[in-house]
Amino acid sequence: MRPLTPTRFAAVPPLFARGAAVACATGLAFALHTGAASAQEADRPVLTLYTYDSFVSDWGPGPLVEAAFEAECACDLELIGAGDGAALLARLKMEGPRTEADIVLGLDTNLTANAAATGLFAPHGMGDLALDLPVAWDDPMFVPFDWGYFAFIYDNTELSDVPTSFEELAAAPEDLKIVIQDPRSSTPGLGLLMWVKAAYGERAPDIWEALAPHVLTVTKGWSEAYGMFTEGEADMVLSYTTSPAYHLLVEQDETKSAAAFDEGHYVQVEVAGKIASTDQPELADQFLQFMLTEAFQSVIFETNWMYPAVTPESGLPAGAETLVQPERALLLSADEAEAARDDALDEWLTALSR
Amino acid sequence: MTALALLAVAVIVVLTLGTLAAVALRAEAPVALRASDWAAIRFTLWQAALSAAISVVLAIPVARGLARRRFWGRGMLITALGAPFLLPVIVAAMGLIAIFGRNGAVNSALAALGLPEIAIYGPQGVILAHVFLNLPLATRLILQGWLSIPAERFRLAESLGCGPRDIARLLEWPMLRAVVPGAAVVIFAVCLTSFAVVLALGGGPRATTVELAIYQAFRFDFDLGKAALLGLVQFALTAAAAVLAFGLVRPVMFGGGLDRVVPRRDADHWTLKFQDGVAITLAAAFLLLPMAVIAVEGAPRLFSLPAQVWAALGRSLWVALLSTVLCLALALPLALAAARWRHGRAVEAVGTLTIAASPLVIGTGLFILIFPFARPADLALPITALVNAALSLPFGLRALAPAARDLEADYGRLAESLGLRGMARLRLLTWPRLRRPIGFAAGLAAALSMGDLGVIALFADPDNATLPLQMYRLMAAYRSDDSAAAALLLLLASFGLFWIFDRGGRADAGP
Repeated sequence: MRPLTPTRFAAVPPLFARGAAVACATGLAFALHTGAASAQEADRPVLTLYTYDSFVSDWGPGPLVEAAFEAECACDLELIGAGDGAALLARLKMEGPRTEADIVLGLDTNLTANAAATGLFAPHGMGDLALDLPVAWDDPMFVPFDWGYFAFIYDNTELSDVPTSFEELAAAPEDLKIVIQDPRSSTPGLGLLMWVKAAYGERAPDIWEALAPHVLTVTKGWSEAYGMFTEGEADMVLSYTTSPAYHLLVEQDETKSAAAFDEGHYVQVEVAGKIASTDQPELADQFLQFMLTEAFQSVIFETNWMYPAVTPESGLPAGAETLVQPERALLLSADEAEAARDDALDEWLTALSR
Repeated sequence: MTALALLAVAVIVVLTLGTLAAVALRAEAPVALRASDWAAIRFTLWQAALSAAISVVLAIPVARGLARRRFWGRGMLITALGAPFLLPVIVAAMGLIAIFGRNGAVNSALAALGLPEIAIYGPQGVILAHVFLNLPLATRLILQGWLSIPAERFRLAESLGCGPRDIARLLEWPMLRAVVPGAAVVIFAVCLTSFAVVLALGGGPRATTVELAIYQAFRFDFDLGKAALLGLVQFALTAAAAVLAFGLVRPVMFGGGLDRVVPRRDADHWTLKFQDGVAITLAAAFLLLPMAVIAVEGAPRLFSLPAQVWAALGRSLWVALLSTVLCLALALPLALAAARWRHGRAVEAVGTLTIAASPLVIGTGLFILIFPFARPADLALPITALVNAALSLPFGLRALAPAARDLEADYGRLAESLGLRGMARLRLLTWPRLRRPIGFAAGLAAALSMGDLGVIALFADPDNATLPLQMYRLMAAYRSDDSAAAALLLLLASFGLFWIFDRGGRADAGP
């Protein structure tokens, strides 16, 4: 899901320079674009999109998506980062129907039932969608834009006894430390709850109890956790099977791997939805359709480091084939996830409060 | 003045009890506390008690050393001990991570010695940070106790042939018994409402305070019922602690009289000198190194910080100044009324009510009250300023109230007989006489507001972050260079504001 900010790797000068150059180039393109357009700014309609912070960062899909959509919509696409995935929904609930958002992008199937229940979202009205997802899709309200498998990432030059299941991870020596995210504020954190729930059901509380001593810390969002891992604060971090592709393609760094787990990997499908009270319903529909086109989907893999919901015609970049391909994909339906959420959260809180 | 004092009382009651009621009324269903909430309550009490105990126990040898030794830089060291109270908590957390983090100096040393590393995330990190922030306060309170023992007593003890043990038993122990419980309770109360430390170092559910649980209930779950219930718990806990603290503790002014050294021939033995030397050196290293690391790491990038950091500094200065004005507008009428009215103590008590309220509940309540009329994100900064003013009010009142009482006792009747009232009285009598404590209170309010990371975390969107929030974000994104530079900027701004106001108050009052 999340683009990595190259400044994090400031300790390695060449990479930093590369990051700065990329940022500078996108920034410049962005500035030129808005500069040229500012004359007509006043009479162009504004489409406001709430998303997670890393989507709008300079290295994320945000700037590219904005430029591409504005080129065809004669509108001003305003991207607002509102924390991490699950915090988005809380903000929306707080603002209620008076929210300024027209589109919310970055919820996942673990949150869609809860989001739909707020009554704030409108059906997408796009009929059956042609998607390349590992699961069937028939949600009338939310449109997927990318997906991925959750996985623990580690440094393959540092960690030798790589766990191949949650049970092995739990049984590892106590100094093996992982960083995870808070399920109340981030979608990966919530995804991990569902992963354990889907894989172990009734045994989930025991698994959490056994995992607890390995949890170095719980961060609010994905960026904090991944940053801690790359800084060497922890041995493993909850992220995606696609994360090593960033290191490989951007940094030519082969030392990061995803641990393959025997019980299967939970799937995250990231979606966007239209706010029912929007004052720009046509533009919002146009954006949802645009989201599944080549212009949007072709930038997803190398900026958001997730699998695109519709595989671009050019396919995925070379290197993508080296990623771990889970043998089993786990996913609770939106309703199952919603039903399991409160109990799972309680079990997690209880185990980690000790 | 009377009308203003009544208005101030009304504002405080609305801010504390009114906002709590607003949150409670907005809650849809009655809620119960989950197991994890009880864990948060237990942790809050446990960490506060432990933080207070460790701070006080460590402070005793340091205060004793400072009380009976004279050395170069002693005065400066004592002044520096006032700094952590004004130090933005988020900066302190960062400094501690730099020293005690997995890649910090302490763990590198432990690794070199083949010892297991220590982890700063979790309960131990929270307590470490609380000791860091409160050890200086404890040292000052206890040092004051030591210096309050008249020098004649030591001389008398000496002439009677008492050894160090006898002096400890006859003079020092009774003093400690009087001073230590008060110091411990103050620190306990301060640690109860900890938010920023726990946010940065807590490491998840095992170290969640009630204040953080309120933040999570509001920001993550939008569960107003839970937020209100936890707000009540918070209120009860801190009110109890505050009542204890304010009953037990004499007011502390920064600096006054602490430079005195009582000549102590009883402590001339080299083992005692060694003991004191070790205590003072270790404390100074523990307190000053984290700040020094930030200064060293932050300085190189200070002037190449991204524009949004400077914009955040501008917003923070604006918030701090507005907050200072609001704080004085509340504190001054209250202090004067407290000195003049028959039930002055009650007025003062109302003024300290805010110490028991959760800033996050105040913020949430204001959000609910404002939302029907305006966009809360637009009002994030004024709301933050108002809440910060309420939070620094007890400290401001504590600086102003005794001075106002003296003023009333010395000049009250004269002013009354001359018919000196209203603005004239304020200009001719109150202002010149209260200038120093007003300056001090303003400096305190400005510095505390500058460094606060509380309410702003609830409302701010990325476009209107204050400097502490911006710094927290840089830290969270592991932009170490920029976050260290932002930390240094924040440090300079907080201390700078305090210094300017405090100096301003003393301008023509001599050195």
